Amino acid sequence: MQSVHIVSAYDEELKYLSKRIAAMGGHAERMVEQAIAALVNADPGLAQKVIRDDAVLDEGQREIDDKAIIIIAKRQPMATDLREIVGTIRISADLERVGDLAKNVAKRVVAVTDGRQPTSLFRGLEALANLALTQLKEVLDVYASRSVEKIGFVRDRDDQIDAMYTSLFRELLTYMMEDPRNITPCTHLLFCAKNIERIGDHATNIAETIYYIVTGEQLPAERPKGDKTDKIGLSETLPVK
Amino acid sequence: MADLDAEQKDTGQTIAARLWISRWLLMAGIVAVLAVYALAAISAYVVLAALLLLLAAATLPTTGARPSIESGAAIEAIGLQRLSGEYLAAAVADPLIIFDRTATIVHANAAAFAAFGGIAPGMSLSLKFRAPEMQALLDGVLSGDVASDVVDYTEKLPVERAYRVSASSVGHATDLYVLVFKDQSEARRIDRMRADFIANASHELRTPLASIAGFIETLRGPARNDPAARDQFLQIMQSQTGRMARLIDDLLSLSRLEMKPYLKPGTEVDLRETVDSVIDSLGPLARENSVAIERDYADGPLDVPGDRDELFQVFENLLENACKYGQSGGRVTVSIAHSDAGSEPGIDVTIRDFGPGIPEEHIPRITERFYRVDVETSRTQKGTGLGLSIVKHILTRHNARLSIKSELGKGAAFSVHLPTH
Repeated sequence: MQSVHIVSAYDEELKYLSKRIAAMGGHAERMVEQAIAALVNADPGLAQKVIRDDAVLDEGQREIDDKAIIIIAKRQPMATDLREIVGTIRISADLERVGDLAKNVAKRVVAVTDGRQPTSLFRGLEALANLALTQLKEVLDVYASRSVEKIGFVRDRDDQIDAMYTSLFRELLTYMMEDPRNITPCTHLLFCAKNIERIGDHATNIAETIYYIVTGEQLPAERPKGDKTDKIGLSETLPVK
Repeated sequence: MADLDAEQKDTGQTIAARLWISRWLLMAGIVAVLAVYALAAISAYVVLAALLLLLAAATLPTTGARPSIESGAAIEAIGLQRLSGEYLAAAVADPLIIFDRTATIVHANAAAFAAFGGIAPGMSLSLKFRAPEMQALLDGVLSGDVASDVVDYTEKLPVERAYRVSASSVGHATDLYVLVFKDQSEARRIDRMRADFIANASHELRTPLASIAGFIETLRGPARNDPAARDQFLQIMQSQTGRMARLIDDLLSLSRLEMKPYLKPGTEVDLRETVDSVIDSLGPLARENSVAIERDYADGPLDVPGDRDELFQVFENLLENACKYGQSGGRVTVSIAHSDAGSEPGIDVTIRDFGPGIPEEHIPRITERFYRVDVETSRTQKGTGLGLSIVKHILTRHNARLSIKSELGKGAAFSVHLPTH
């Protein structure tokens, strides 16, 4: 991936770091997938598995941190190598957060599925999760291929995720207004939706880090927030059908 | 020492063999040299030198004819060994990736490139296939714990695909490994389809069915002898059965699309001709709704790779929606333009209406199945709630994107971006 170093062990160490990032990424993707599946299919067993799996990501992050610090101390990296190593630390932190968010979704499965909710709610959440997962997958693919020209696409997706999240927010408010008994599950679902939206944000962060690793420049800072839920009042919820 | 002896003996044998092969030429040469010696008065040393030269030339290895005589007999035995791994990989229809012991891709066949975009020789496999089970598979085979292994691997996005992946080392001590992907998506998808179809369809079919059942009951009971009511009821029943038929058509075409979400490559579609024929076919509907269709096409060839029938359906659904739901605007514009913005060059087809527009909160979701902005309007316009779902499916297969822009009161624009390659 980079130019070859005189000390081949150095190359090995760098390769090992990116391999660990890929493994963590794969794990995070799988956790998000399973957390959503557990929620949609009301499967507490799968949710428990997701909660347990989070430990793997925590462990991965600790290992990458350690290894990266050792490499910096031992090899005194410069330029691309230094960016690569610092970027790795940042990406692993983002992935660890993604795992935490997936775990949080999984934790809510029991509370949400206590009473059966309208399927349309889950359909919206699933679509939101698909967007976030696609984004995560694309970003990690870019990490593998280093083709940063595709990064712009990631930001487009972020806008879509924000729009979808805003739409779900309104819908959930509507259900709560219809019937106070909906408030408990809908509040949980609202947090789930927020978590998924945050996963998208972490994916965007990772994209920015990759751009920095490869080009040495920061991605232009212009990133307007598309999440408009801060402006939704009672009057703007959907009409009750 | 024994090796050296054998080698010397071997060399002796080859020289003898070479002399034997060129024996006639050698004898002719010797005769010629002796003849010159007899006729012309030259020194005996010169003759000796000429003879030695002749002998030396005869023992030199010849390249042309001799090897073909030897290998001709052996060609069948070593033919398989000579077969290039690349040709063999290309002949395999399933995705196949050859990698070395650092999990770096050495070679991938065409099927692998088609199935997993963005792979290239030199790339790390473990970075591309991040799923935990794939990591375990690669680690297992590379560490030498197992000679070969098989796992099931699913890719959820962008389209769901399931593979049975087998990894194994190639030959003896070649330090090369091979990964073969067997596509299992079809079987998996059929299972899922069945469950989905029943869940979606039963719900949507129940409504018209319930109303038909209600009218039948009324016709057999209170309205038995009321011809006026009977006529009216039968009319309603007919429109309900029509709706069920449309729904079934849409469900079937959607399920056909979901069965094979990737496209056969190779065919080109002329967008100008396709869009024109869509407009022609929807002429009656446009007149009925008193909507004028305006065209605005870019110059030059407007060809994109794709399936004509499917793209026809995309534009048909979009234009039909524009005519129905944007009726109040009185006109619909269809434009085709080259777009080089963004990473991939392509052609944008935009269908814009000037009706009431779509509220912002609905836009991200209108491509979901059975999602309706306004249930009443959709029913009166004979909508099934599946049109845009079908559009989205077809576009996913074409690597195309649908973007929707709308402002309340000013209409909506559905823009399809089709990549040109």
